[in-house]
Amino acid sequence: MVTIETRDASASARAETIISAQKVNVYYGDFQALKEVSIDIRPRQVTALIGPSGCGKSTFLRCLNRMNDLILNCRVVGKLLLNGEDIHRPGFDVVDLRTHVGMVFQKPNPFPKSIYDNVAYGPRIHKMANGRSELDGMVESSLRRAGLWDEVKDKLAGLGTELSGGQQQRLCIARAIAVEPKIILMDEPCSALDPVATGRIEELIFELRRDYTIVLVTHSMQQAARTSQRTAFFHLGELLEVGDTNDIFTKPRHERTEAYITGRYG
Amino acid sequence: MSTHLQKRYRRQRWFVAVSRVTILLALLFLVGLIVSIVGRGWSGFFRGEVQITVALPETVLENSGKVRASVYKKLIHKALLTDFEQHGITDAGSLENIIGFQGALKLRQLVRKDPDSIGRTITTWLPAGKFADGYLKGDLSTQTLVELQVEPDLIRYFEILDRSNKGRMVFNWSFFTLGDSSQPDTAGIGGALAGSFYMLLLTFVLSFPTAILAAVYLELFAPKNRWFDLVEININNLAAVPSIIFGLLGLAVFINLMGVPRSTPLVGGMVLALMTLPTIVISARAAIKAVPETLLAGAMSLGATRMQGVFHHVLPAAMPGVLTGTIIGMAQALGETAPLILIGMVAFIHHIPAGPMEAATALPVQIYLWADNPLRGFAERSAAAIMVLLAFLMIMNISAVLLRKKLEVKW
Ligand SMILES: Nc1ncnc2c1ncn2[C@@H]1O[C@H](COP(=O)(O)OP(=O)(O)OP(=O)(O)O)[C@@H](O)[C@H]1O
Ligand SMILES: [Mg+2]
Repeated sequence: MVTIETRDASASARAETIISAQKVNVYYGDFQALKEVSIDIRPRQVTALIGPSGCGKSTFLRCLNRMNDLILNCRVVGKLLLNGEDIHRPGFDVVDLRTHVGMVFQKPNPFPKSIYDNVAYGPRIHKMANGRSELDGMVESSLRRAGLWDEVKDKLAGLGTELSGGQQQRLCIARAIAVEPKIILMDEPCSALDPVATGRIEELIFELRRDYTIVLVTHSMQQAARTSQRTAFFHLGELLEVGDTNDIFTKPRHERTEAYITGRYG
Repeated sequence: MSTHLQKRYRRQRWFVAVSRVTILLALLFLVGLIVSIVGRGWSGFFRGEVQITVALPETVLENSGKVRASVYKKLIHKALLTDFEQHGITDAGSLENIIGFQGALKLRQLVRKDPDSIGRTITTWLPAGKFADGYLKGDLSTQTLVELQVEPDLIRYFEILDRSNKGRMVFNWSFFTLGDSSQPDTAGIGGALAGSFYMLLLTFVLSFPTAILAAVYLELFAPKNRWFDLVEININNLAAVPSIIFGLLGLAVFINLMGVPRSTPLVGGMVLALMTLPTIVISARAAIKAVPETLLAGAMSLGATRMQGVFHHVLPAAMPGVLTGTIIGMAQALGETAPLILIGMVAFIHHIPAGPMEAATALPVQIYLWADNPLRGFAERSAAAIMVLLAFLMIMNISAVLLRKKLEVKW
């Protein structure tokens, strides 16, 4: 299977690759969830992963920070390079990988602890702050970047789990950026949110993409179109097409891509 | 359609009604049990006291530190006889029935504390003897005393005591502080309480950390292979093993093989820890399983190691369930008798153990011993000890519920 890749506007962009997946296959037991997926992720861009349910978007996303390791019967075969370094090579530090590649989950999953502790957890375990005031600063700036500061600044000691769904998701984003990752993986971060909260998260993604590389799984074509520069279309475990978001949405090359984005998928 | 709906409603009403009746029945049994035990045992917490005016002549008590209790008993009996003369009582039978050895001990204690009283005549309250005790607490009515063929003069004297307010009922603190005894009035649960305390402490210290580590490992670290299945099946089997088997195991392995001293809370705690272990492991695993997996994933996605994720987030979130299971396991251990009998914690032990290495009994074993004792008065002690045991169990179970409510994680 050959992935159709739209030509890049400039050759220099091609050289800039932060993550490179090469012929990645993923198996859950005997079931093959991903087949020969190859894709380059560009730094400081939003890459949207779209495709019908069960096509392997989440599975691929979890490859990028090796969260598939947590799944007992999951096996990943193939090459995944982060800044040219194979993240599966023996001796590669997974913990270090995950500090560079943060993740926001489909369902908000704040810790059942205070808002402050939620954000401070990452910096604490990595000993990033010297002293309480520095940690306070990190918590505040992370919450500010996640657009949550004004809503929670008076109740930092309150439980993170008692926030609204949209606030919880922004808290999870703040928690992820507090460890200063370079890449943020987002698995349908708005699937549990109403349009207003979704709008805020999208603004946030807009905001964040200047400094971070974002890989965003989404079921919303509009969201992919609004927020991403590049879009990858998955289908039944295969990466069918990847290219500039504009191109994918205006002139998809694969008929299945076209069927999917125009809502004629079936 | 609507008749069908009515039928379904009717069925539901039936179900609710039947459930209520069963719950009511269960409650009724519980109330019956409590009423019968309290009715039989309440008097064990009290004792009768008789007021007496006794002369303490210098000649007899010169060297008060060394005077034997029997000397005091004679003084008391002399005082009683004086009192008898006043009321025209001639044949009251054995005076021990009014104030016995306990009274003598108490008087000696009083005199030793206050040597100035020697040479004077003092009026004081002393623990009542066998029949007087029963009479003052209302256990023995005049009619029962008649049936027991007690001397009529003794009964008359009791009535005089009553009328002149020289008999009273007080709370029997010594029931909690004294050790076992061959006489019911000097028998207390102090030794059994201490034994149970050391034993439970050991049980907790041995089983709680072990069980938690086992549960965490099995639930979050162990590869799910054939060995895992084997361990899992065996833990479940272990939870179903009758407790007496654990006693046999303790006898064979801990005492005979490892040489742990017999009859001690140490070996008892070890046996009960083994018995409690599977209970705690199973409830801890269930509690851990109930924590959403996304919690661990969230922590690990921030670069926490699996162990950090588990100990920082998963285990604290599972703690209410773990603790509930632990308390219920400990309550089980507290009420366990059979295995303790096998490892020799059933002996008559008068002194109160000062540590887990000294021979001791435990509360349920003490109940068993007393319930088996034909001497009048032990049945009441036994029922009182049951009340204490039940009170502890109730406290533990209520605290389990409260703890769960307080620590429960809101998602
Ligand atoms: N833990 C697992 N064990 C076994 N199979 C799995 C597991 N997780 C996912 N799969 C399978 O792998 C395939 C891809 O799943 P994945 O979750 O990556 O899909 P997805 O594209 O994210 O779908 P959705 O849009 O519904 O979230 C599916 O067929 C799914 O059944
Ligand atoms: Mg998914």
